[in-house]
Amino acid sequence: MFAVRIHGRGGQGAVTAAELLSVAAFDEGRHAQAFPTFGSERTGAPVVAFCRIDDKPIRLREPITDPDALIVQDPTLLHQVDLFAGLGPQGYLVLNTSSTLEELGLTELGQRLDPDRVVTVPATEIARQHVGLPVPNVPLLGAFAALTGQVSLDAVRDAVRDRFPGALGDGNVRAAEVAHEHVRTTMRRSADA
Amino acid sequence: MLRQVEGSQAVARAVTLCRPQVIAAYPISPQTHIVESLSDRVRTGELTSCEYLMVESEFGAMSACIGASGAGARTYTATSSQGLLFMAEALFNASGLGLPIVMTVANRAIGAPINIWNDHSDAMSMRDSGWIQLFAESNQEAVDLHVQAYRLAESLSVPVMVCMDGFVLTHAFEEVDLPSQEQVDAFVPPLVPQQLLDPADPVTIGAMVGPEAFAEVKYLMHVKQMAALDEIPVIAEDFLRAFGRASGGLLKPYRVEDAETVVVALGSVLGTVEEVVDAMRDDGLSVGALGITCFRPWPVAEVREALGRAKRVVVVEKAFAVGAGGIVGQNVRDATRNLPVDVYDVVAGLGGRPITRASLRRLLDDVVAARVDASRLHFLDLDVELVQRELERARHGARPGPHAENMLRDIGTVASGAYE
Repeated sequence: MFAVRIHGRGGQGAVTAAELLSVAAFDEGRHAQAFPTFGSERTGAPVVAFCRIDDKPIRLREPITDPDALIVQDPTLLHQVDLFAGLGPQGYLVLNTSSTLEELGLTELGQRLDPDRVVTVPATEIARQHVGLPVPNVPLLGAFAALTGQVSLDAVRDAVRDRFPGALGDGNVRAAEVAHEHVRTTMRRSADA
Repeated sequence: MLRQVEGSQAVARAVTLCRPQVIAAYPISPQTHIVESLSDRVRTGELTSCEYLMVESEFGAMSACIGASGAGARTYTATSSQGLLFMAEALFNASGLGLPIVMTVANRAIGAPINIWNDHSDAMSMRDSGWIQLFAESNQEAVDLHVQAYRLAESLSVPVMVCMDGFVLTHAFEEVDLPSQEQVDAFVPPLVPQQLLDPADPVTIGAMVGPEAFAEVKYLMHVKQMAALDEIPVIAEDFLRAFGRASGGLLKPYRVEDAETVVVALGSVLGTVEEVVDAMRDDGLSVGALGITCFRPWPVAEVREALGRAKRVVVVEKAFAVGAGGIVGQNVRDATRNLPVDVYDVVAGLGGRPITRASLRRLLDDVVAARVDASRLHFLDLDVELVQRELERARHGARPGPHAENMLRDIGTVASGAYE
């Protein structure tokens, strides 16, 4: 079982991201379950969505308290939500920011985690550029695919195109590719260092 | 075809395949995605020969279904929570008239305090309305139960409510094997109404009945529900033959054969319960689970049989009878009358509070170790201190104020911003 928790704000597509991730995993022959925690469904309000991926059918319905991976769509949530609760030392972290962990005041968190399993991605910028909207959810899935290998970039592309036909899908696919490449470059650089 | 799909979309597709001729619905969370999707399917022509009525209320929705069903149409509606309560009067009419209406209830808590999240208070409040009530464990079962519900409703001329946990199932993406139109057509033949408003052959559906025959007409409702206890397993067996998977039926036993402790539950929590059962079995503890798929009619003999060898039965339910205790628990106690078994009533998951493996494990460990009093009603994960602080506040001052607001302020969630 691989458990993913996605934190975002209403309008950033956290729920859609979890759903797309589940479709991508399913398309690759795995079992997946995506579900949201709905509450005050307002633009800007904190939203959490979950996705479980497994090789056997998934029966468990409780929220994910100990994620294997965390996707943070909005670092300003740091001041509002206990974002990193339950993330173990071997956990993966995909953070949407153009800053570094240190600049965000997360030095301690960076030290606690495996540096090969933490990436920062300027996903909002990438989305603005390729989608024309500041919606970072799909590029972050591209980054997640590169970091964890739980789903392939191809499966993410297919899931996105299936959900968003036409120009919106094409733009999001490009954004996912750019973010994917960004993470691969970052990882290569850290492997060389 | 196996697809990764949202529960609401899967159910809307299943209902479409059953070819309803009239759908009357009013939106309410968390049921809305289902009826939105159905209205789309009517608009785009995926669902043909169907009139979709956007009515003014849930009372209107059920009333329209009653009229359409009386006129011989296959009907459908869906609702949740306060919407089901707003239908209450019409629900009793639909069942009293014996109309084969199928309805999805996306289970949600009932206010006050207002709350949009999942529990079973809505369906349980209508447990004596004369509707058959089936509870789905997964979205696959929700799909399958709708197909079976039309067969059942029309074979006995009774209304059937398919209950699926709001948000937990309706908004979950998971894999669902969606049947083909040919499969469903073969399983659900065209409706042959057992009573019909036909100008060429006039009848009254809904005659006033006085003391001379009221009890007898009502008695027939009970007879039909008892007949459903025989019909439901037959339909489930037919379904297994036609679709190749087990779904529906009255009960869902899981590792109960030799279990000393059995958890009884309804709906989507069963998967989590099964995980706990497996973990406890691995630790050498003799634990099982019994899922109640059919809550109304109450399969009293089957429940008694399934629990006959247990020493302890822990009923975990997402609703309760205020001032009395467990609802499913009372029914289980009735089914196990005079058996040497302790029945524990545990209220859990109210208003969307997650029921976790950890909490269930703690509860079952306590039950097995005889640390729980079977004569008392228990609330899983109840914040006792929060309750006590509010009780303490209520003892002081002339106007202690509303509990909901006070308790939200106590735990740091501002309710209305009306203060400060």
